[in-house]
Amino acid sequence: MDLILFLIFAIFAVACAINLVIQRHPINSALSLIGVMGALAVLYLLLGGEFIAAAQMIVYAGAIMVLFVFVIMLLNAGAERRSSKSLLVRLLGVPLLGAFFAVLGYTVHRLLPAVDPVRFGEFTGGSPGEFGRVLFTRYLLPFEVTSALILIAILGAVVLARKEID
Amino acid sequence: MDFFTLTLIKAGIVAAILLTTLAYLQWAERKLLAHIQLRLGPSRVGPHGLLQPLADVIKLLTKEDLLPAHVNKTLYMIAPFLAIALALIPISVVPFGPEIEVFGVNTHLQLTDLNIGLLFILAISSVGVYSVVLAGWASNNKYALLGSLRSAAQMISYELPLAVALASALLMANTLSLREIADSQAGYYLGFIPRWSVFQLPMPQIISFAVFLIAGFAETNRIPFDLPEAETELVAGFHTEYSSMKFASFFMAEYANIITMTCIATLLFLGGWHPLWPAAYGSSFVPSIVFFSGSAIALYHGLHPARPKDRYSLPAVAIAFLVAGLLFLVPALGGILTPLFWFAAKSGFLLFLFIWVRGTLPRFRYDQLMRFAWTYLFPVAMANLLVTGVLVAVFA
Amino acid sequence: MMSSVPLSWYLILSAILFGLGIAGFLFRKNLITVFMSIELMLNAVNLSFVAFSYHLKQVDGHIFTFFVMVVAAAEAAVGLAIILTVFKNRSTLEVDEVDSMKL
Repeated sequence: MDLILFLIFAIFAVACAINLVIQRHPINSALSLIGVMGALAVLYLLLGGEFIAAAQMIVYAGAIMVLFVFVIMLLNAGAERRSSKSLLVRLLGVPLLGAFFAVLGYTVHRLLPAVDPVRFGEFTGGSPGEFGRVLFTRYLLPFEVTSALILIAILGAVVLARKEID
Repeated sequence: MDFFTLTLIKAGIVAAILLTTLAYLQWAERKLLAHIQLRLGPSRVGPHGLLQPLADVIKLLTKEDLLPAHVNKTLYMIAPFLAIALALIPISVVPFGPEIEVFGVNTHLQLTDLNIGLLFILAISSVGVYSVVLAGWASNNKYALLGSLRSAAQMISYELPLAVALASALLMANTLSLREIADSQAGYYLGFIPRWSVFQLPMPQIISFAVFLIAGFAETNRIPFDLPEAETELVAGFHTEYSSMKFASFFMAEYANIITMTCIATLLFLGGWHPLWPAAYGSSFVPSIVFFSGSAIALYHGLHPARPKDRYSLPAVAIAFLVAGLLFLVPALGGILTPLFWFAAKSGFLLFLFIWVRGTLPRFRYDQLMRFAWTYLFPVAMANLLVTGVLVAVFA
Repeated sequence: MMSSVPLSWYLILSAILFGLGIAGFLFRKNLITVFMSIELMLNAVNLSFVAFSYHLKQVDGHIFTFFVMVVAAAEAAVGLAIILTVFKNRSTLEVDEVDSMKL
């Protein structure tokens, strides 16, 4: 069951990611990215990250990507124009990328022997309670610093996007 | 009975009830709106138009399914399916009652209890905005696009006060599992004041309940916040280009979202299935009394009929109500049905509120809508969260 | 039936997603798509964090992921504001055409 779920959502995530890269219109790329995020949320669940899976959907897919889609629709700048690539890139690009991934995958697989296979339900430390306890004790200072960061980001966004008053 | 069979049976029952409620909610809305505006409402198909939903379904199913030439076809097809799927999923974690025993099987009146139940609902509903956005974008129509732009901005803005209002209720419940949230509101102060979130000490959540309801109206695109489909400005907003079952999907999704919203409000603020006053003072007889009085009224009007055919139809209704009331008095059934009755009564009241507001309030202007969310609703919700947090920390 | 997945598969998936993010970042010309490729890379890294968190049986990796999300939210707010300003001033989102410091 774990294996089937992993394969389904891993393949879905990779397919969406490839679609993100090859689509010319940003709205299609944005929807592919939402697909990747949804698949990753399921994988987080398989890895025992209940809270982080929900946060992924609420924060990433539900808020950040809505912002992206909103801006894409607001600007409505249309599809990207086709750029001319050299023959070498066209012929060798995709095979080389595949070879790169194969080497990368082989290296990771050799470095990490399958001593600790992932089974659903073996790690339950990602529950909201445990997450909150660690976040508000050991990571309290980073948490507070992040709130300052968010405030600055809000101010920056407002300054950048406001209308010039003459 | 094994887990899968049981879950399948429960899923079947929940789906059947949910879809019937969806159909008749729309009938109830038309009927109530009509009476608010001194009209009769649907009255031709069946007695009091009771078969109107069926007629609507047949009409929508058999209508021509138009596919406009200028649309983005894939996205245009995906959007309504996304809408209805994402609207129906959240009901799977909503508990309707306590643990019960039927034919020797112990089970909860709930499809599944997640320990992140509320976050799950929030996650699904936050993705729900894409159905509206995609519909508007794929339609390739300026009204639809404007509608979905408005919807995106509105949903992001109102999700904040909604989440903050939920957070202050969660501070009191101290869990994210919907079943445990409802159970944390069991019991009574002084023997008769219910420990529902809206009454619970140290901080009654009346303010966050109000904020949640207002934000809920906005999240479900209801009047007075139905700017994404404001017919006076945008034809029909994001679903302008949709017809037949695709239109019906959006329509059903809107009502399913309303039902989810009322269920969450009932569970988080109104104590779920826990009755308004303890069973020691006879709260378990309320359903029977309600049905018996309904039966008496029907019988009275049957004996003094306004129309000739009422002489037979109303006594039949009276007998049906009488049987329903008697069912609640059977000990084995009453234990199952009474919590369900209280849950349905509370959610039903909130649904009535949704329709009532629609019949009463005019639509906001768009700038008013945004200003209301950011300058009134959000600060109020934050202040309430702060006070709740301090009080919970001091007293608990 | 084998019912468990080696941890390395999650890391390989993370690496592939990161690589695709780099590819999108390098090859795409639209500012918003470039920005979304960065988000894809962040997501890939998050998957690694959560996978290692499982491996070490500690919740810390989830917390790093949470911080990445918060930073990504701040980044998206500022970045999209910048993109809006660029489009307002130059009426284009092609990165190749945004090449002069002053209009």
